[in-house]
Amino acid sequence: MSIQDLSAAARVDEFPTHRIGDYRVRAGRPYPYGAHPVPGGVSFSVYSDRATSMSLVLFEKGAPEPTAELVFPPEFRTGSVYAMTVFGLDLENLEYGFRADGPFDPAAGDRFDRRKVLSDPYARLIAGRDVWGVEPDWDDVYPYRSQVVNDDFDWGDDTQLGIPSEDLVIYETHVRGFTRHPSSKTEAPGTYAGLREKIPYLKELGVNAVELLPIFEFDELDNPRTDPATGERLHNYWGYNTVSFFAPKAGYAATGRFGMQADEFKSLVKELHKAGIEVILDVVFNHTAEGNEQGPTISFRGLDNATYYMLTPQGEYYNFSGTGNTVNCNHPVVRDFVLSCLRYWVSEYHIDGFRFDLASILDRAPDGSPLPNPPLLEQLAYDPILRHTKLIAEAWDAAGLYQVGNFPNYGRWSEWNGQYRDTVRKFIKGEPGLVGELATRLAGSPDLYQGRTATASVNFITAHDGFTLADLVSYNDKHNEANGEHNNDGANDNHSWNCGEEGPSASAHIRELRLRQMKNLLALLLTSQGIPMLLSGDEVGRTQLGNNNTYCQDNELSWFDWGLVGADDGLLDFTRALIAFRHAHPVLRGVEHPHGTDRAGGGLPDVSWHGVRAWEPDWSEHSRVLGMLRSGPDDVVYLAVNAHWEDHDLELPELPDDQVWHLFADTGAPGAPAPIGAEPPLECPGRYRLGAHSVVVLVGRPVPETK
Amino acid sequence: MSFDVRLRINDKVASIELKGELDASTAGRFHDVIDEAAQLGAIELVIRAENLTYLASAGLRSLVVARQKMGDEVRIAVVGAAEPVARTIRLAGFDHSIDLVDA
Repeated sequence: MSIQDLSAAARVDEFPTHRIGDYRVRAGRPYPYGAHPVPGGVSFSVYSDRATSMSLVLFEKGAPEPTAELVFPPEFRTGSVYAMTVFGLDLENLEYGFRADGPFDPAAGDRFDRRKVLSDPYARLIAGRDVWGVEPDWDDVYPYRSQVVNDDFDWGDDTQLGIPSEDLVIYETHVRGFTRHPSSKTEAPGTYAGLREKIPYLKELGVNAVELLPIFEFDELDNPRTDPATGERLHNYWGYNTVSFFAPKAGYAATGRFGMQADEFKSLVKELHKAGIEVILDVVFNHTAEGNEQGPTISFRGLDNATYYMLTPQGEYYNFSGTGNTVNCNHPVVRDFVLSCLRYWVSEYHIDGFRFDLASILDRAPDGSPLPNPPLLEQLAYDPILRHTKLIAEAWDAAGLYQVGNFPNYGRWSEWNGQYRDTVRKFIKGEPGLVGELATRLAGSPDLYQGRTATASVNFITAHDGFTLADLVSYNDKHNEANGEHNNDGANDNHSWNCGEEGPSASAHIRELRLRQMKNLLALLLTSQGIPMLLSGDEVGRTQLGNNNTYCQDNELSWFDWGLVGADDGLLDFTRALIAFRHAHPVLRGVEHPHGTDRAGGGLPDVSWHGVRAWEPDWSEHSRVLGMLRSGPDDVVYLAVNAHWEDHDLELPELPDDQVWHLFADTGAPGAPAPIGAEPPLECPGRYRLGAHSVVVLVGRPVPETK
Repeated sequence: MSFDVRLRINDKVASIELKGELDASTAGRFHDVIDEAAQLGAIELVIRAENLTYLASAGLRSLVVARQKMGDEVRIAVVGAAEPVARTIRLAGFDHSIDLVDA
C-alpha cells in the first residue's frame, strides 16, 4: 500500500463506539474546547469543574424544542472536560448547546440550573440575533444558539499588516453607526459589508488602523430602557455586553440571516488590509452579558459560575466593572479562555490588535486585589501568536484601579492616555497653568511612560465615550436626557467649552471660533508624539447634540452623517492634510521620547520649547502660548499654540544651514493647509503673528533657488 | 423548482448549469460536479446561475469549495445570477474570489 493509499484510508477515530438514542458517538477530543468538525462528525468539548452531569443539546435550525439531548457518558469525561464526537450531523441545520446539572448553592459559588440550555463559551457562531433590532421569540428556551463554523475563508495572501506602532493613525468607529445613516448610500447600511464599501473614504482620509467598537456577539435588545420623550426602545448600541466571545456579531452582517457573518467580517478585514489599514478590535473581557444575580443565565454562570466570575466570600458577584459582574480573568481556566479567544481572532480573522475595555480588571487576582505581576497580562505580552499584535489597555476600571502610566506592560502594552486627553482639552479651552504639562503630553508623556517607548501612549482627545469633537467646543454641559437616566449618566468632567453659547449657534463668530478650536485640537493630536486616535466623524464635525454617553442611541445621534462629508467648512480637508503631514514627517513619530539634545547632529535639539520669544518658553501660570520645535535627520517641524484670547507676535527660532520656515497650516488664517512639500516660505522670516485661539505648523527647508 | 446540476466541458472550459434551490440538501451534488470539473483539468469554470432561485448559506459555501478545489489559477465566473443571489454573494465578499457577471 502506498503512502497515498494509506492517507486515503479511513482513520480509526472516524468510527463511532457508542450509540445514544439515534446518534452514533465516540469519546471526543477534550482539546480544543468548543465544536470542531472532524471526519464524519463533530467533536464537542466543554469544561465544567463542578457539574454533576452534562448533556449536549441538539436543535434543528430555528426549532423551538431540542431534537435530542445526549448525556455525556462518564467515560467521555477527562478531568473536568466533557468531550464527545457525534457522527452524521448536518452542520448547516445544526444548533447546539449544553445542559449542566449541579448544585444551586450561591453561597458556595454554584448557580447550576438544569432548566437552561447554555451557549458554548467557545461557540464560533451564534444564531438567535441574526438581524439587528428584530424582536426574537422571548419565550425561546434557548435564545443564543451555538453553531458550528467552517474555517474555510479564502484569505489569499492576506496576513496582518505589521505597521510599526509609531506610524499608526487609529480611527475609532462603530460598525453599524459608520454606515447606518441613510446618507451613507451603501448597499447594506449598518453592516460589515457597508463598512467595506467605505474603505476608499478611510484610505483618502489617511488613517491606517480602524478600531472597531465591540463586534463580539452581543444582544442589542438587552437594554430595558425607553426614550422618555418618544417611548421608543433604547438599544444596547455600543455592545459592551458580550454574549459570546468567539462569534462575530451576526446583526452586523448583511448576510447574518444566512449564517455568513464570519465570512462577511473576514472579507472586511481582508479588504481593509488591501487598503493598508489594520483592524483593531475593542474587546470586553471585564464582564459579560450575564450581569449580576438578577441577570440571565446564558453560558458561564450555568457552566461554572465560581470559575468564570469573581465572587465574594459570600458568593456574591464582585462588581469592578460597574455592570454587575466581573470576569475572573486570572483564574487559570479563564486565562486560558482569554488567551484562546485572542489567538483565535488573530489566527482565524487576521486581526491586528486589541483594545481592552477596562483593562485594569485583567490584573486583578480572583479575590479582586491587584497583582504585582499579573500572569494574564504577561502571557498576552509574550504569546507567540499574539507576538506582533497591538495590545492597547484602557488602563483603569470602574472600581478605582487607575493605572495610566503604570499598567503592567512587559514592554508591549500601550495605553489610552486619559491625561493627554484632559490636558489638551483644558489647555485649548484656555485654562491657565498648563503650559508645562502640555509640553510633556505633546512629547509623548515621558513622565508617565519613562523607560517605555513613546508608543506606550495612545493619544486621543475624544472617543466613543464622551463628547464628540464638535460637541466638545459647543457644550459646557452634557445633555443626556434621551438616555432615560435623568441626565445622571455619562461623565461630568468633560473640560469642554461652548465658545459662548450652549448648543447650536446662529452667531457666525461663535461658529468660526468652534471650527478653529476643533482644528486646534486636531493639530495638536496629530503632531504629538505617541499614537494618535481619532473618533469617527470628528473629521466632519459630527454632533451628538451634547449627549456624551450615546451607548443606547441607535439613531442619528450616533450615526455618521455622510451629508457632512461635503460640508464647505474645510474641516475634513484640514484633517486629511494633518494626517498626511504626520505621515510625511518622521520627526513627529519617533519611537523614543525626545531627549532635548542634538542627537541627529543637525544643529538643533530633538525637541526644544519656545514662548513668545524663541528659546524662552514661558512656563508661568498665566502663560497660554507654547512653541515646540522638533528636529531630526532632514526634518524640522515647529508648532506653536496660542490658547489666549489675544494675538501674539512670536519670535521664531532660527534654523541652521540656510533653512527658512515654511507655512504648512495656521488655524487662525483663512485657506486650507499647504500641499505637503510645497509649503510657501514665510513672508516675514523669523517672526509670526499667531492669532487668538490658533495653532500654526511650520516646516524648515532651504529656500528654493530662484532662476 | 427541483434542484438540478449539469456539467459540460468544452475545450477545458467547464460549464455548470444550476437550476432550483442550492441549499444544504443539494450542495453535495454541486460539490460532486465541481470535483469532476477539477479532475478533468478545467482551466475555467463557468457557473450558469440564471435558473438558480435560492442560495442558502450552504450554497454560498459551495462557492468557497469551488474556489479551493479548482485552485487559484482557475477563473471562476458566476453568470446571470438573479439580483438577490448576486447581492448575497457580494455582501459576503465572495465576489472577490469569483467573477460575478451578468448573463
